[in-house]
Amino acid sequence: MLLIPCPWCGPRDEAEFHYGGQAHVPYPETPSTLTDEEWARYLFFRDNPKGPFAERWSHAAGCRRWFNAIRDTSTNEILTVYRPGEERPAPVKPKPVIPARPASEDEAALLNATPHPSARPASEDEALPSRTPTHPQGASPSDAGPGIPARPAFEDEALSGPTGGQGAEPPDGVEGAEPLQDGTGRGGGGEETQPFRHPTRGRITRTTPLTFTFDGTEYQGYQGDTLASALLANGIIQTGTSIKLGRPRGIFSAGVEEPNAVIQIEEPFPEPMLPATTVELYDGLVATSLPGQGRLATTPDPARYDAVHAHCDLLVVGAGPAGLAAAAAAARSGARVILADDQPEPGGSLLGTAEHLDWVRQTTALLATAPEVRVLPRTTVFGYYDDNHLLAVERRTNHLGAAAPANTSRERVWRIRARRVVLATGAHERSLAFPDNDRPGVMLASSARTHINRHGALPGRRAVVFTTNDSAYAAALDIKAAGIEITAIVDARPEPGEWADRAREAGIEVLPGHAVVGTEGDPRITSVTVAPYGESAGQQQFAVDLLLVSGGWNPVAHLFSQSGGKLRYDDELGSFVPDSGRQAVEVAGAASGVFTLAGALAQGAAAGTRAIEAEGYTAKAPRLPAVAAQPYTPPLHVYVVPGPSDADASRFVDLQRDVTVADLTRATGAGMRSVEHTKRYTTAGTANDQGKTSGVLASGVVAELLGVDISALGTTTFRPPYTPVSFAALAGRDRGVLSDPVRTTAIHEWHVAHGALFENVGQWKRPWYYPQDGEDMEAAVLRECAATRESVGFMDASTLGKIDVQGPDAGAFLDLLYTNMMSTLKVGMVRYGVMCRPDGMVFDDGTVIRVAQDRFLVTTTTGNAATVLDWMEEWLQTEWPDLKVHCTSVTEQWATVALVGPKSRAVLGSLAPELAVANDDFPFMAWRETTVAGIEARVCRISFSGELAYEINVSPWRARALWEALYEAGAPYGITPYGTETMHVLRAEKGYPIIGQDTDGTVTPQDLGMSWAVSKKKPDFIGKRSYARADTVRPDRKHLVGLLPEDPGTFLPEGTHLVADSVLPAPPVPMLGHVTSSYRSAALGRTFALALIKGGRDRIGERLYAPVGDQLVPVTVASPVLYDPEGARRDG
Amino acid sequence: MADTALTSPLAHAAGRLAAATRGSGGAIRLAELPFLTQLNVRFDAKGPAAEAVGLALGLQLPLQPNTVVRAGELTALWLGPDEWLLVAQPGSERELESRIREAAGAEPVSVTDVSAQRTTLLVTGPRAVDLLAHGCALDLHPRAFGPGRCAQTTLGRTQVVLVARDEPRAGFWVLVRSSFAGYLADWLLDAATEYV
Repeated sequence: MLLIPCPWCGPRDEAEFHYGGQAHVPYPETPSTLTDEEWARYLFFRDNPKGPFAERWSHAAGCRRWFNAIRDTSTNEILTVYRPGEERPAPVKPKPVIPARPASEDEAALLNATPHPSARPASEDEALPSRTPTHPQGASPSDAGPGIPARPAFEDEALSGPTGGQGAEPPDGVEGAEPLQDGTGRGGGGEETQPFRHPTRGRITRTTPLTFTFDGTEYQGYQGDTLASALLANGIIQTGTSIKLGRPRGIFSAGVEEPNAVIQIEEPFPEPMLPATTVELYDGLVATSLPGQGRLATTPDPARYDAVHAHCDLLVVGAGPAGLAAAAAAARSGARVILADDQPEPGGSLLGTAEHLDWVRQTTALLATAPEVRVLPRTTVFGYYDDNHLLAVERRTNHLGAAAPANTSRERVWRIRARRVVLATGAHERSLAFPDNDRPGVMLASSARTHINRHGALPGRRAVVFTTNDSAYAAALDIKAAGIEITAIVDARPEPGEWADRAREAGIEVLPGHAVVGTEGDPRITSVTVAPYGESAGQQQFAVDLLLVSGGWNPVAHLFSQSGGKLRYDDELGSFVPDSGRQAVEVAGAASGVFTLAGALAQGAAAGTRAIEAEGYTAKAPRLPAVAAQPYTPPLHVYVVPGPSDADASRFVDLQRDVTVADLTRATGAGMRSVEHTKRYTTAGTANDQGKTSGVLASGVVAELLGVDISALGTTTFRPPYTPVSFAALAGRDRGVLSDPVRTTAIHEWHVAHGALFENVGQWKRPWYYPQDGEDMEAAVLRECAATRESVGFMDASTLGKIDVQGPDAGAFLDLLYTNMMSTLKVGMVRYGVMCRPDGMVFDDGTVIRVAQDRFLVTTTTGNAATVLDWMEEWLQTEWPDLKVHCTSVTEQWATVALVGPKSRAVLGSLAPELAVANDDFPFMAWRETTVAGIEARVCRISFSGELAYEINVSPWRARALWEALYEAGAPYGITPYGTETMHVLRAEKGYPIIGQDTDGTVTPQDLGMSWAVSKKKPDFIGKRSYARADTVRPDRKHLVGLLPEDPGTFLPEGTHLVADSVLPAPPVPMLGHVTSSYRSAALGRTFALALIKGGRDRIGERLYAPVGDQLVPVTVASPVLYDPEGARRDG
Repeated sequence: MADTALTSPLAHAAGRLAAATRGSGGAIRLAELPFLTQLNVRFDAKGPAAEAVGLALGLQLPLQPNTVVRAGELTALWLGPDEWLLVAQPGSERELESRIREAAGAEPVSVTDVSAQRTTLLVTGPRAVDLLAHGCALDLHPRAFGPGRCAQTTLGRTQVVLVARDEPRAGFWVLVRSSFAGYLADWLLDAATEYV
């Protein structure tokens, strides 16, 4: 949602504004002197530049002022705004492009992922991690400056997420040091029902067991499990089959990036296509595996969904090490901070590595007690829009299952407007394309570690690790410590460096310069074939039930990219990282390509500090944990694993879409030259995981196929939402009766009580007709029409728009606005008027009352009230600011009752003793102030039916009393309430058009037969010049006429076309016009219609044909005034 | 003007508003303040009428956008650079209007009685800001929208005039077009589901 700065009210959501087209196109001073071409240029021609464009806007839902804005049409950025009458400002520069990681030089060194000896200490004025008292793993205190670790990124370096610690520090509190007993079929110490449950690890609550059902079988899990981890603990890894090829697929990851384990929840809320890795387990959960595609629920969702707006100085997205550090830096400053994270608890990658959990706990406690900090767990920020407007969805009760309280919304959409944003969204591990890389049991290496440390779930017993980078070693060592046998680490790099030594020391075989070239299994993996990298000879096989893969890391740059930020390829990291953007956003931690824990912490703290200091707050350096230094060997950038080409073995790139290297090869063979092409050709990246683990892999594969560098190829575009969001959540409470406002009059409840059916007119509910026992609409309307024409009827006309026009120039203003003369109207009198657009086409009509010399009351059609008021303000503010006149809506200030029919005078007279109701005393088109039924009233003698009629205006606070008094006083005459349908029939019998029904924006007053309402005396009014255009004087313009079907019982549907001949000629058939209104008339005893017909007034008496179904219905063109053409009934 | 013959736009919702107030245990309070006098006043703020009208009303009409000036029972809201809404006790519209017109003399001043055009909802209690945040995109934090502030904006799907009451945490007036009042009451009651 764009913010538009109103020159008076300041920045507001764009939804509060109306667009007014190009600015500085003044209304010509004397349109009559212009040529047709000059006038057409004013009417129809506007500039359409790329770049800065001056345009008019109205703060329609706010102060209703018009102003000018310069908007860059290519970026939508509003460069400046200025008030009407002010000069257009000198060219304004767009906002500068800012780096995604605006680190100082010192900090840049700190953040560099590659350790090198020249790394310098951070300067003291940077808000960097303060020293913690302990220095495990030999960090040297002597290197540190006061309060600042000297070289925190390297000296104290530990690796988080991608290169998390190797377990040298025991994870907090728990350590499953004892290996599992292989071959027993039971996890060491695990419960009988959960053979793959680690005895101690995990953040699950073992005192709260949960029962769930998957594919018909009941299982046990614990509070704190995901559905995926609970399945793993029960030894289940396969969760479905693939969408296209039907291949068995298993749990592949531990988070939102999951491509395989997409399941269906059956109970308690039916919901399709949820990654099992993101479903928090609850008691009674019933889920089923899916063949790649889910089923929508067939019953309404009983849950409540809602939305809230939130504002903050700083929004931190992601509560991993970088995000927590950023929030901690801002926490005690007084700045308003929101920290949103998609997990149930903060910690991010630290939860998966089980490191520094004390720090996580302390920081969480700090945030919980900070006064202006709001932590939103289970909240996924899924969209990043203009002007730092971000949308997030909070899953509030899903994890409670059937125990969810009914009055709490199940999901809540947060609409967050942030002054500054820090994106600490982490990174996703990616896979590698090797043969048969999709079997159940193939899992991302860090995800296996996460399942163990977060949930105590062991994904298998015996694993091979296949990696291209250091990060999988830390995972392997920790996984081994948890009791899974690591048979070998297969590293594509010929010299894996110090990490390989550590692995060997721990008793793990390391195969440098090797690759996995095949897998076996039915369906779960049972063996892995390994060969020297790029060779087919020298194959070895390993019997395993788990293959852990790490093909490198992709920074989660989705939100940054959505913000308008650009990515660049980082050669060192082998992935795309945020580069530069236009919004007030920074990226910190792994999301920015900083894969060291120390670096992420420091960068997060610095980003949080910079953000709130830019907003005028003073940050406090947060306490950060000391982290151990770790060795580093650069990764090898591998996408397709070279090896024996086995025609039968598929190398999958996108698991969820079943897209293989062979598919991408076909795409490039067919001529596709960009990832946007191959995406559309193969559907790679289009599944509901949106290619989180496969996108960069696909780019890498296509780059190899095309023989270009991946940096030149780029990625596909990231668009919201980051993860799927249900329509129910987006709809929120805007459903049912709250989906759109319902406007009602002060008499509404009487209509309801008397059985009215309602018609929607704009947002108003208007009585349509009042059926009596057994009546259908036709019978009810015929009865209402007859009663009104023969005796008296009454209608609630309160919905008509009413505008008070006040000021010395009010008459002059209305003369410009209406086609006829209003300034000559006498006080006490009423005049009908037509308003047109400058192109001469009818736009609204209604009556004008002269209340006083400098005051008029204008009525508009019901649906057009706001538009007409805006129209008036537009002309007054932008073209005629010197006119002393003000317009104020008074639509609801008055309730209006139309009292219609020959007996209306008697009814009114009986209730208005002070009013002289005789025709001479109170003539047609006059108005009087009096009391009706003791209520102060303004009574107008106007008629929209041709009958004697009054409109009685009173305060809406007393309208119900007036209505009931009329009902009572009219009872002797059989007074009949009538609705909009009867009103329409009565007016149509008299040929009175309804603007918007009988007109469509291409109709002039003359077309309607209202030349009498177009002044020839006034020098100018809006539309006048257009009546001299060649187009508006064509003899074959469509005129409003009446139509009488030759069979008086035949009803012409509205919209029916009219043709000249009784036999249709070959197409194209010349169309003469169409039916705009069609009714059955009680007064005429037949059907009739109004129609717009070419040269219609010259065809009166002619026979035309109306194709209805497969018949050509003969009709006769008639005058539009079919009832009482002499006007004899007007005065009663 | 405690006229019992008058029916306010939210008379039919009074019971439900009171029930929600009771049910929330003090978290929110919802009530209609019916029949308040409301006058729309427009003139050139830089013209000679400004001072005279200010003197006659006993308050200086606010010139700062989206602010409120109060004096006794009278509240003046900025609606635009030449437009104000005066809110006063029920029944004082005629007296106020003639006071303004007399003060302005020959200067052009527009005064329109709009007392029935909108009704006023009181939304207060510790959760008032949270309740309004369900449908109001403005920042209603006391730092951004404290006493003395008002705004014309949208709440739910209808336009409103929001007024911060004169003490911190005293909640808000929500002025809404009478025809939309039923919708807004339904909307607020539904939004309050979680607090009652």
